[in-house]
Parts: sequence; structure tokens; C-alpha cells
Amino acid sequence: MNGNEWAVEMEDLVKMFGTFVAVDHVSMQVGKGEIFGFLGPNGAGKSTTIRMLCGLLTPTSGRAHVSGLDVATQPEEIRRNIGYMSQKFSLYDDLTVEENIDFFTGIYGVPKAQRAPRKQYVLEMANLTERRRSLTRTLSGGWKQRLALGCAILHDPPVLFLDEPTSGVDPIARRAFWGLIHDLSETGHTIFVSTHYMDEAEYCHRLALMYRGKVIALGTPEELKNGLTSHSLLNLESSDPLETMRALEGLAGVLDVAVFGGGLHVTVDDPASTSVRVRQSLAAKGIEVRRLEQIQPSMEDVFVAMIETEERSAA
Amino acid sequence: MSYRRLRAVFIKELHHITRDARSLAMALAMPVMMLLLYGYALSLDVDRIPTLIYDQDGTAASRELVRQFQGSRFFDIRGLVNSYAPIQNGIDRNQILMGVVIPRDYSKNAGAGREAPVQILLDGSDSNTASIVLGYAESVVRSYSLQLRQDMQNRRGGERGGAPVDARLRVWYNSSLESKNYVVPGLIAVILQIIAALLTSLTIAREWEMGTMEQLLSTPLRPAEMVLGKMLAYFAVGVADALMAVLVGVFVFTVPLRGSWLLLGVSICVFLVGVLFWGIFVSAVAKTQLAAYQMGILSSFLPAFLLSGFVYSIETMPPVIQVITHIVPSRYVVTILKGIFLKGVGLTVLWGELGFLTLYAAIIFALATRKVNQKLA
Repeated sequence: MNGNEWAVEMEDLVKMFGTFVAVDHVSMQVGKGEIFGFLGPNGAGKSTTIRMLCGLLTPTSGRAHVSGLDVATQPEEIRRNIGYMSQKFSLYDDLTVEENIDFFTGIYGVPKAQRAPRKQYVLEMANLTERRRSLTRTLSGGWKQRLALGCAILHDPPVLFLDEPTSGVDPIARRAFWGLIHDLSETGHTIFVSTHYMDEAEYCHRLALMYRGKVIALGTPEELKNGLTSHSLLNLESSDPLETMRALEGLAGVLDVAVFGGGLHVTVDDPASTSVRVRQSLAAKGIEVRRLEQIQPSMEDVFVAMIETEERSAA
Repeated sequence: MSYRRLRAVFIKELHHITRDARSLAMALAMPVMMLLLYGYALSLDVDRIPTLIYDQDGTAASRELVRQFQGSRFFDIRGLVNSYAPIQNGIDRNQILMGVVIPRDYSKNAGAGREAPVQILLDGSDSNTASIVLGYAESVVRSYSLQLRQDMQNRRGGERGGAPVDARLRVWYNSSLESKNYVVPGLIAVILQIIAALLTSLTIAREWEMGTMEQLLSTPLRPAEMVLGKMLAYFAVGVADALMAVLVGVFVFTVPLRGSWLLLGVSICVFLVGVLFWGIFVSAVAKTQLAAYQMGILSSFLPAFLLSGFVYSIETMPPVIQVITHIVPSRYVVTILKGIFLKGVGLTVLWGELGFLTLYAAIIFALATRKVNQKLA
């Protein structure tokens, strides 16, 4: 694959800390202008992968390219072509909004002619024009996070790495933040973003699901949901959820039962025939079925199902 | 090395410095306070020695000797006693340092031109002070007996006696032998070493603790630019400290500055640069502010105080320690400051020391840059 066609490319990327394999032979590609979501539980190896792509960690083996530049041999060039937002808030609290912007403008070497317009753009994007002289310490979480994003894109990098940018931010600020990410993607920027909020996965063009250092699923949100084609999901509401669970256990065609809100999510292989059997079995036990319908699995269902499959195959 | 990135770091650090008013006030006030405190406390001068005199002789000659002691600025005669007991008591209770006993036959012996011994009783628990006191006492007694002998010879009309050998000491560079003249220049060097190392010892560790280091490492900023930019910002504080310390030395302690102000300034600047780099290096090694602070104090204070030749003279140290002192930068700056202040010597004498300080700064800069260059893991 030619490096110019992909914004980010990984081939058998491995990172070991002592004997612990943090990233285990990861191979994937991210296209230009894509919003690429990186999902997985804490400790799955998402941050380690992102840090390798930013040149902050040296891969143990394998290769990775960002904007066609080799992570191992061209870290200097990569740093000029990426923006990075680490998990921890990483601006200077004791500097004002403007001073933070000026500092990053300086170290990214933004050309003189572009300095004023870029600063203006970032202030407007983060909605901080009126608070430009406030100490960063006094800003709330959502503002800080937008300022951090602004400082990471001052040099207009083609590729952006965001490591759990929305952790600890309220839902309204999170939505506004994803709006900014979309705008950036529309102007041709590639965004590589990790998160553990399932609802945010739906905002991404494509997703990779990482678990214990491995990528266990890769595709668009639709593909991942339809990836469970051998199984279907039924939403079941009954008069006695606890008894219902017992009744369904071991019933032919039922693969898994999980409590979900006030009802149950039942994973089955054939929805039509199993539905009939479920109704019969529950009627025999005197449990009233209030609702039984096939539903589209949510990202969370997909996520849990895939990790369970992975664990079963590992055991 | 990019000028723009260097400038960005420099300005950012200046913001940190000016915004933290309390730390800045402390950084500026501490050297002057330390200089005043140690400058007065560390006086090595011995004078106004509390003394008791037991005059067994009780003649005109012995009373004249007592008057000689009373007239000297080195002695404070607390009284005349009639036995050994008060002298012993006084020494035991730390009320006096010295007792003088003039024996019964003093004037007879002295009048006959014979040896006329006087007994000096000293508190030897501080041997250094005791030997200085003994020196002063001996010189009082000797000069008086010399005077007695000459008077006697004159009375006899004795031209044949002639003057005895008269050795006169002339002390160069600190002719009044005041210890402040020799303590203060060394003290300035030691204080600057401590302050400068502490100033920068938190800067990199703070970036690691705050998580901003990870951000910086992902940008085109180079380690050399970071180290140099940070150093330059704190250099401004260090120069202010140095200027105040030198002014206090010259105007408050009235230490003579005989050499060139320019050479003094250049030497202090070169020294400051090296020590500021050292603080940054320590900070990069420690990675936490607490550890960096402790390492900064230990690695600057102890060598500067013990191994620089400021209090303890290097010539009297064991050979191994003497070798070690060669890698202590304050050793060189103490020599330079004493040289410029007291001897008024210039570059022709001090070029070696200045050269070492320059080399030290360059080496520590390289080390700090290397340490900062490291990746996350």
C-alpha cells in the first residue's frame, strides 16, 4: 500500500513493556479525512498505540506510518504534521488563554503571516474570544478541552490524535466537541480518536475495537452491528424478569440473556422460531409477556458480545 | 535550534516566574537574607576574649603588664583574682576563655633580664580559638618584656645591648585580617550556587507531573531549545540575585572590591549558567518536584559548603577529597571571587578557573539535553 493513500498505517505493530504485551500485532489503515474511532476498555492498549503513532514511544517491532512518514525513522517530520491531545489536560494552568495559544504558536513554528488568523480561528472555534485574558485555571472542563484542541491544531496538521478527549466533560460540552471534530474532518483533516463512551462511537466513520492489545473488530458502525448476523437481539419485557431469566436458561435457540434497563436483551440464532418457543415456555410458567420484539443492537451490545466471544475463544 | 521556538519557551517560562509572586519574592529575598545571616554569624574573628588575671607579683611591673592586657582590643578583662579557683570556675562555666597568672618573681626576673615566664590558662575545647587566643596573649607578653628589657638597657646606658631581632609581619590582601573580607566573597558564591540550582530544579519535574511534558514531546520543540529557553528565563532571576549579593557585600559588609567589575560580572554569569543547567538536569532525572527539590539542595549545598574551600581550606583536606573538589564548580568561583575582590587579580591569573566554569556549563547543558530527549518509556 502506498503511504500517500493513507493518513495512518500500521503493520504488525507491537509494544512490549518487559514481558507484558501492551499492543499485540496491530495492523490497520486510516484514510484521509476519516474520523477513526478507537474503542476499548481501559488498559486495552489504545493510549500506547496512539503514543507510538505520535513518536512518543518506540515500537518494539512492526512498522507504522503517519502521513507517509515512518514513525521509527522520521519522528521529527511527524511532529510537524500531527496534533496530539493527551488524556491528561496538558495546557498551562497559570498562563492565560492567549499566552497558551502564543506559546504553542511559537513551538509549532506557525509562519508570521498566519499567526494572527490562526489565533483568531482558534479563539472563535473554542468560543474563548471574550475570555482570552483569563487564566486557564479558571475555565471549566469543556472550555479547557476546546482550548486544548485549539492549541493542538494551531499549525493546521493533516492528522490529529485525540486520546480520550471527552473524559470528564459534561454531555453538552461533549456534543459540541464532536461538532468541532466533524467540522475538522470536513476540511480534510484525519482524526484518530480514542474513547470509551459507546454513544460517541456512532459519530465515527470507522471504528476499531481493541481488547487486550489486539484489534478484535474493525469497520463502520453499521458493519459492526450487522457483523452479528449469525445472532439476533430480542427485547423482552415481562411481569417477572428474574423468573424469566431462569425460564430462558438452556432453552433451545437462546444464546445469551442480559438485563437491560427494565427488561431483558436475549441473543438468539433464529428470531422467528425462538420467539414462539419463548412465548410458550413463559406462558407455561404463568409469566406475562408485555413486549417481545427484534431490535437493532446498540454499539454497547456489539462491544459486549465481541468481548465475550473473544474471552470464550481464549478460554 | 530555532530562534522562534527558543523565544516561545523563554516567554512562557517568564510568565510562570512572574505569575508565581510568592516564589519569585522568595527567590529574590533569600540570597540577601542568607548573606546577612551567615555573613554576621560566620565571623571567624576572635576578639574581646573574656579573661581573668591572677597577679601574684603585685609590683609596678606586673601591674603595667595587666594594663597592657586591658589596653588590647582582643581582651576583655573581667577582673583581678587572688587564687586559681575563680579561673577554673570561670572556664568550667564558660564565663571566661583565658586566665593569666603572673608569678611572684616576675618583676625580679624581668628586671634582671632573665626569662620572665607568665602562665596562660586556656579553654582548649575549641582548639582553633584557643591557639588564636594564645597567639594574642604571647604577643602582648613578649612585646611588654621586650619593652622592659630595652628600658633597662637604656637606664644602664648600654649601647652594646643593641636591638633584638624585630620581625614584623605584613599581611597582604586582607591586611586587617578581618574574616568577613574572606568569608563574604566565598559566601556569595555558595549562596548563588544553592539558589540557582533550586530555581531550575522544579521546571522539568513540574512539566512531567502536570502532564505537559507529553504534550511538548509531541511537538517539534527540541530538547536543546527547551533546556536553553528555561535556563535563560531563570538566568534573569539569578543575575538579579547576584547583583544584590555583590552590592550587599560591598556596601553592607564593606568588603573591598579591588579587581574588575566586568570580570566579576562575566565570571558570575558563566557560573550561573552552569549551575542553572545543573538544576534542569536534576529536574529531568528526578521527574517529581519533591525528589528534584531534595536532589537540588543536596547536590548544590553540600559540595558548595564543604568542598569549595569557602570555610574549610582545601589544602588541609585528605588527598582523595582534594581530588574530588576539582569537579565542584563552586571551588572555582570561590577562587575567582576571592581573587577579584581581595587580590584584584585579572584574567591572566584566573583564566583557568573561568575556563573550567565554561566547560562545566557546556557539559551539563549536553547532559540535561540528553536527559530531556528521552521518550516516555
